[in-house]
Amino acid sequence: MYKSICSHAVIAVLLIHPLGASAADATADENAFNPAFSLILSGAYASLQRDPAIPATGFAMNPNPGHEQGFNLGESEMGISANIDPQFRGVATLALDPAGGVSVENAFVQTTSLGDGLNLKFGRYFSGLGYLNEQHAHAWDFVDQPLVYATLWENQLGEDGVQLKWLAPTELFVELGGEIGKGRGFPGTDRAKNGSGAGVLFAHIGDDIGIEQSWRAGASLHRTRRADAESIDVPDMNGNAVTNLFSGDSQTVGLDLVWKYAPNGNMRDRYVKLQAEYFRRKESGDLTYDTAGANVTDSYAVTQSGWYMQGVYQFMPRWRSGLRYDRLDPGIAQVGALNAGNVIADYAFRPSRISWMLDYSPSEFSRLRLQLAHDNSRLRLADNQLFVQYIMSLGAHGAHSY
Amino acid sequence: MGTNSKALPQRHRDTEETTPDTIMRKYWPTCSAFCFSLCLCVSVVKRFCLFFLLLLSTTAHAALDVFACEPEWAALVQQLAGDKANIYTATAALQDPHRIEARPSLIARARRADLVVCTGAELEMAWLPVVLRESGNSKVQPGSAGYFEAASVVHMLEVPTRLDRGEGDVHAQGNPHIQTDPRNFLPVADALATRLMQLDPAHATEYRQRLAGFTQQWRAAIAKWEKQAMPLKGVAVVVQHKGFPYLSEWLRLQEVATLEPKPGMEPGAAHLSQVLGALQQHPARMVLRAAYQDARPSEWIAERAHIAAVELPYTVGGSEAAKDLYGLFDDTIARLLAGTK
Repeated sequence: MYKSICSHAVIAVLLIHPLGASAADATADENAFNPAFSLILSGAYASLQRDPAIPATGFAMNPNPGHEQGFNLGESEMGISANIDPQFRGVATLALDPAGGVSVENAFVQTTSLGDGLNLKFGRYFSGLGYLNEQHAHAWDFVDQPLVYATLWENQLGEDGVQLKWLAPTELFVELGGEIGKGRGFPGTDRAKNGSGAGVLFAHIGDDIGIEQSWRAGASLHRTRRADAESIDVPDMNGNAVTNLFSGDSQTVGLDLVWKYAPNGNMRDRYVKLQAEYFRRKESGDLTYDTAGANVTDSYAVTQSGWYMQGVYQFMPRWRSGLRYDRLDPGIAQVGALNAGNVIADYAFRPSRISWMLDYSPSEFSRLRLQLAHDNSRLRLADNQLFVQYIMSLGAHGAHSY
Repeated sequence: MGTNSKALPQRHRDTEETTPDTIMRKYWPTCSAFCFSLCLCVSVVKRFCLFFLLLLSTTAHAALDVFACEPEWAALVQQLAGDKANIYTATAALQDPHRIEARPSLIARARRADLVVCTGAELEMAWLPVVLRESGNSKVQPGSAGYFEAASVVHMLEVPTRLDRGEGDVHAQGNPHIQTDPRNFLPVADALATRLMQLDPAHATEYRQRLAGFTQQWRAAIAKWEKQAMPLKGVAVVVQHKGFPYLSEWLRLQEVATLEPKPGMEPGAAHLSQVLGALQQHPARMVLRAAYQDARPSEWIAERAHIAAVELPYTVGGSEAAKDLYGLFDDTIARLLAGTK
């Protein structure tokens, strides 16, 4: 996830430069990255039977990152990182949009010398909730994020704020973390006032089982106050697509579990990785129905949830195959009396999807992937999808997290 | 975890009731997010710190906690520190040290370490930076006294003159597999003992004595191995991964081919056939691989070129006989000699 050369290499480069030793000659040319610089090139071909703009049934008021049809250039991701001084390390990841324009995906500073198991991070970062949320797109095991991440977190929750983590001094891995931020990413509503717009708490535990197995389990809690969250093209009881506005509290709990197995613990040849995550979001507040027409406001509360389970198997060096099952539950909304005839409370449909992938990595720095999916996330609009994807990594390519 | 998240709203309510501020109530979400994060972080951190301080004080910090990246450094620390160190070995002999994951267990162990002993030269680049960063342990960050790189005191071989990923997984500081030449353990032991004395001055005399003992025994052992290995001088070998330049330099083995087309890349059928063709021009006596490597490529070549496939322990624990550093080289020499027969 962190695309950087290791910090000790950076220090080593700094140390040997003034000496002008022969080792320094090799590192002094354009490949001596200080700061570490990396570029991810990715792209895909997608063949879909249905319009990707149609959201999952019951999730029209959630984001729909969807897919792009045909040949498409993915976001090229540019990463720069280095130790700033003995106290701080800086990381920036810029996403180059194929349509033009640059967006700041990550731009954070983290402490390196607080000690006592404390790590402080501030700036723009991916929240530490769940398991997949912190992983950059190039590290995903499938072309797309699970449905639950797509609908509840708009693929992944990015935040502008402060994160504090503490690791217990025990043999068992026990990590506690908290974040406060602006509420930049969905479901936050990008608050521009004093104070914080969203808070996250998470806890992780993990360990090895013998030499061949390892695991990590986590729990997360996310809270935000949503203000005037607008949703367009939401189907209503009368068969129209309207624009709604929601204001209220949003609270999400999540559980995640990852387990990995490799014969002799040697990940190079063969390994199995199983993971599952569950999120449940409760929202309650006021919904304004059809802001352009009827404009009726009354109470609204709903609990949405979703989970996925996936397994990836590296059956021989360089080759991996994976299977993932996704499921969502839009819940049954409690709609105030004024909107009872307007807003759909119960969709009586649970979206699901099954995806299979096969990928081949000629080296650590390149990967080619084929993915087939049967998407049943939209009522009566089952979709068979095919994706071909490439992910290439140039320049400094540092360590990935677990 | 469950109790923590349950305890949280309770704590929040407490703060709200003790400060019945109307503004606070009005901006409840803001304050709540702020408060519950901060309150929980601070109070939980404090409480846990206390709890663990109590735990730690009962176990008394008698020995140094050492986190060794590879088994050979764990074995060396064992030689130099004896019972003055609690040693945790992060990788096993049958694991490719390039491809370890930054597992939660490693992060937890690095958190407790007083000293991290690794090869360096980018060997652990794929996992160690994350482990050290996530550990939140300022004592063992690169550059501090608790971080030791063996490669920093060894004369490195195969330092690339050209850094290009087209050349495969090359290491800018040279080939990191320094543990295959026993002579490299002498400067490493010297520097490591100095570091132990620096971190644990109370036992400096003992470290100095142990270093002197080890150096003397090790020099004698090297002389013995060199004598045993006389018949290996000039023997042509094929290597599966470019992991033996130090061994080859020590024993004057002649490496004539490599099964990996580029360092870190899996040997494909086309490249293996090419190597086989080249072996007809320049025959070799055996093909070498480390215990953690896939046996198939070297067995494929061995069968067709009618040479011996030799699996070397590569590090402590890599074979039944390689129980410690002495066993590692006893077994390495024995296996090489068997390969020439």
